[in-house]
Amino acid sequence: MSVLLFFGVFLSLSLGRYSNDPSKVLNVLLARFGANVNVDPTMESIVFNVRLPRILASVMIGAMLSLSGAVYQSVFRNPLVSPDLLGVSSGAAVGAAAAILLGAGLVTRQLFAFIGGMTAVLITSLVPRILRNRSNMMLVLSGIIVGGFLSSVLAIMKFVAEEQTELSSIVFWQMGSLSSILGRELLAILPVFLICSSLLLMLSWRINILAFGDLEARTLGVNVRQVRGIVIVCASLLTASAVSISGTIGWIGLVVPHLGRLIVGSDNTRTMPLAILIGSLFMLLIDTLARTVSSVEIPLSILTGFVGAPLYAFLLYKQKTRLD
Amino acid sequence: MPVQMRLEDIGFSYNGTRQIFSDISFEVNSGEIVCLLGPNGIGKTTLLTCMAKLREPNQGRILINGEDMNGLSTKDVARVIGYVPQTLMPSFDFTVLDYVVTGSAPWLGIFEKPKAEHYDRAEQALIQMEIDHLRDKAYTRISTGELQQVSIARAIAQQSRLILMDEPTAHLDHGNQIKVLRLVKNLAAEGYGIVLTTHNPDQVLLLEGLVAVIDRQAQFHFGDWQDILTEKLLSDLYGVEMRLIKVDGIERKVCVAPKL
Repeated sequence: MSVLLFFGVFLSLSLGRYSNDPSKVLNVLLARFGANVNVDPTMESIVFNVRLPRILASVMIGAMLSLSGAVYQSVFRNPLVSPDLLGVSSGAAVGAAAAILLGAGLVTRQLFAFIGGMTAVLITSLVPRILRNRSNMMLVLSGIIVGGFLSSVLAIMKFVAEEQTELSSIVFWQMGSLSSILGRELLAILPVFLICSSLLLMLSWRINILAFGDLEARTLGVNVRQVRGIVIVCASLLTASAVSISGTIGWIGLVVPHLGRLIVGSDNTRTMPLAILIGSLFMLLIDTLARTVSSVEIPLSILTGFVGAPLYAFLLYKQKTRLD
Repeated sequence: MPVQMRLEDIGFSYNGTRQIFSDISFEVNSGEIVCLLGPNGIGKTTLLTCMAKLREPNQGRILINGEDMNGLSTKDVARVIGYVPQTLMPSFDFTVLDYVVTGSAPWLGIFEKPKAEHYDRAEQALIQMEIDHLRDKAYTRISTGELQQVSIARAIAQQSRLILMDEPTAHLDHGNQIKVLRLVKNLAAEGYGIVLTTHNPDQVLLLEGLVAVIDRQAQFHFGDWQDILTEKLLSDLYGVEMRLIKVDGIERKVCVAPKL
């Protein structure tokens, strides 16, 4: 699978509007590692400044969304859950829309989206405390409440937005895209990716136990509140970081964990690493399609929906998931 | 390692106003079976969850090997006490082995994963329960009787010497009920302490152990089954006439209702 990913990255590097010649790309890469070969300078610039950051971003975002999807499904004991269950995406959308309405630049927009996403999760996790019912179900309901409220907030923002410029920016953001990605944005989310993913992978076996439900986990001596807290914070940070630079991307966090479980079973010590790999590959494929299939950029959510929805139906059929 | 649990004047209330039960005192030691009897809704499961430190009693204290349970962490408690819930509610199709190996959780650090020795212990537990043929099956796709055995196997893999079972025979057909009771008896013979709740007083007679009763007036009775179980107590307990009859040929008393 990792080999497949490397190969996929190289292939994707070779595809694009400027040139589709893999040998030129290979030369550029070899030159970077000190080999003495002929290099097309335009190609070099395109590979390192345009294609590579974008490809790395797609790989990372795919990994982040899929991993947090796998984790959310286990923690909430529900295979039909996606990483925006607790309102991350709606919060991020409100943040991004606010930045767009304020006329802020790209960096501010990403920052606002991140803050919006994390604030939404924070509010979601506070509601059960206020209502003095800390069950998992209350947290899920709270996510629905917060998400629903934020959708209305977003609707107001769209309503007051200037149609030609602001509104279309908001709509385009909501459909997700990596077309304007830069290297420094990658660097900004890299630490979050590394720290949160490693923490989650280290906790993967404990996450198995959380999937049995609170009662069983507690009889096994697991500090449920602590483990679940760490897990939700990490998964939410991953999702918020991903969404803040790419906009919302549907389906991937829902579908990829299923694919992983179909291949290696439900044990998260195996499913979670696999979800990272499949998610990267899946996102790489989607984003490569998004920038090469037509002369205009296709928003990512359109493609993930077209690929993800039928795939999900197929997986549900294969898994025969009990939906009673 | 012998284990002793002692309840001293335990009482529980969900909201602080209505007391579910109070003044419950008894002791369970290695090798003993305690059957907990009582009508529906009297708080049998609640008492069991208090004993597993899943709920906190509002009166009295519980001692494990002389130590107050309040001072112990959930992890310390889980090393001594195993809890077998009435029903498992599987959400993902873990294999039986992957499920049973989670019994080693109280013996591992937060970032640790089970090693070969823990898998060995889990397999041993499966062999002990005579269900090692199920090891690679999804635990969502086995029968409820098998699931009950898997659940007990996990308590064994947990190395807890005191096992609390909430109605272990509740969803089983008659044959599987008898099998699980035999298992319980074998475990006690091996030195495990067992506390179980049941709706069937005849099971007490089969197990021949100690019996704890919370009656309709929330009065608590505890002792050897021969001293506690009388026709009068059972008839009051269930609100219908109950008879204890010695049956020739099987050399035991049975608890039955007369002709309707």
